[in-house]
Amino acid sequence: MLSADMEPSLLISLLELYKPSFIWMPSDKKIESYGGESIFDEWGYSLVKTDYDSEYLLYEDLCMLLTTSGSTGSPKFVRQSYKNVEANARSIAGYLKLGPDERPVTTLPMNYTYGLSIINSHLMVGATILVTDKGLMQKEFWQFIKTSEATSFGGVPYTYEMLDKLRFYRMDLPALRYMTQAGGKLSADLHRKFAEYADSHNKKFIVMYGQCEATARMGYLPAEYASSKIGSMGIAIPGGKLSLIDTEGKTISTPHSAGELIYEGDNVTLGYALTGDDLVLGDERHGVLHTGDIAEFDDEGFYYIVGRKKRFLKIFGNRVNLDETERMIKSRFPGNEIACAGVDDHMFIFSVNETINEEIRSFISLKTGLNQSAFKVVTVESIPKNDAGKTLYKELEKYYDV
Amino acid sequence: MTNLEKYRNAFVEGLEMSPEEVNDSLEYQGVPQWDSVGHMALIASLEDAFGIMMDTDDIIDFSSYKKGIEILKKYDITVE
Repeated sequence: MLSADMEPSLLISLLELYKPSFIWMPSDKKIESYGGESIFDEWGYSLVKTDYDSEYLLYEDLCMLLTTSGSTGSPKFVRQSYKNVEANARSIAGYLKLGPDERPVTTLPMNYTYGLSIINSHLMVGATILVTDKGLMQKEFWQFIKTSEATSFGGVPYTYEMLDKLRFYRMDLPALRYMTQAGGKLSADLHRKFAEYADSHNKKFIVMYGQCEATARMGYLPAEYASSKIGSMGIAIPGGKLSLIDTEGKTISTPHSAGELIYEGDNVTLGYALTGDDLVLGDERHGVLHTGDIAEFDDEGFYYIVGRKKRFLKIFGNRVNLDETERMIKSRFPGNEIACAGVDDHMFIFSVNETINEEIRSFISLKTGLNQSAFKVVTVESIPKNDAGKTLYKELEKYYDV
Repeated sequence: MTNLEKYRNAFVEGLEMSPEEVNDSLEYQGVPQWDSVGHMALIASLEDAFGIMMDTDDIIDFSSYKKGIEILKKYDITVE
């Protein structure tokens, strides 16, 4: 998608750089900007086929590609099949008991796996979807929710922090039936507050668990357990199976023992795509996903996430890979020692050169598209490393002030 | 500190802007810093600066620098 007001010379150089096979443009601009062949014209726009020959073969069941992270510029996509999307939407509609009278309001972007799963699961049952580009912090949003009688919404942990700040509990929303939460682990305090609100207002609060690699959803905490299982992500969704393995790959069968969470089901995606040539690849996971999350289960089989195998944070619901941000900062500021670490919603960037701290912060906020308040740059004497030169992130934890 | 200084300072702290960037044409989503995340921090800074607790309706109605001055009048705070 390119701006119609772009200077012709810039447009041409962008086309030369990205070599798109097709491009959408306003019909009245197409001839003067680029002499390609128009193959479809509607609503004043034309789909123009360029001369660049970059057609890729597609795997027959490939439905769509979704990014795993925010917008760090990483070209890593999850390949989701038609079977994946349908299986997950059906399962979600099943456990949420969705019917045609539901009216969810869009609180999450539709290019975000969780936001999309809300749309797909409701379309499947013929429900209404209330679409708005207004956000939680805008009056128009709340007017819209009330006048159009929204029955549900979804939110990431940060959404619930904002709702808490807005003293959501006092709002009068008679049409609202349920609220879902995913995109990271909600604090125990907020989990309790919203579970209590739901109990006392005849509504449902459903904590859920998922990943783009499993299309969207893998687990959910049934509403009737919202108050009694604070901090739990629940059980497997219908049609799925959760289990834990230890470091040797053996299945864990005793409660309260931590291991990597494994999910099996028809919504486990095909694999990743890093280049156009990967689009022809078939199913590489065969229905089994190693989530990278460390979890344990209680005596009744309810799962709790307790840690992560990989180095990434969830910031405002977006997965941000710490090794990737570290590389990005190092290549932008060559010759500077950098380490990225932190906890969800708070990334700490360790630098040994105080003079570039502000620049680092603006740079990473711009690159990730996330508000700069999530990033803190801390100056240290040196980045702690072991004899092999690996950064000792544990030793940096003492600087976390959240 | 005058109320105007306190008000401007709340924008500097809440939205992490430099004092030169704060002007009376600022609007919600008009600058990258003033998104929903920045909005929460801005409201917290204002509540601290003036020792008030804003109502939900006022928090979501606070859509610009100028609108904010109108809203604060309800709390007997005159910014001028």
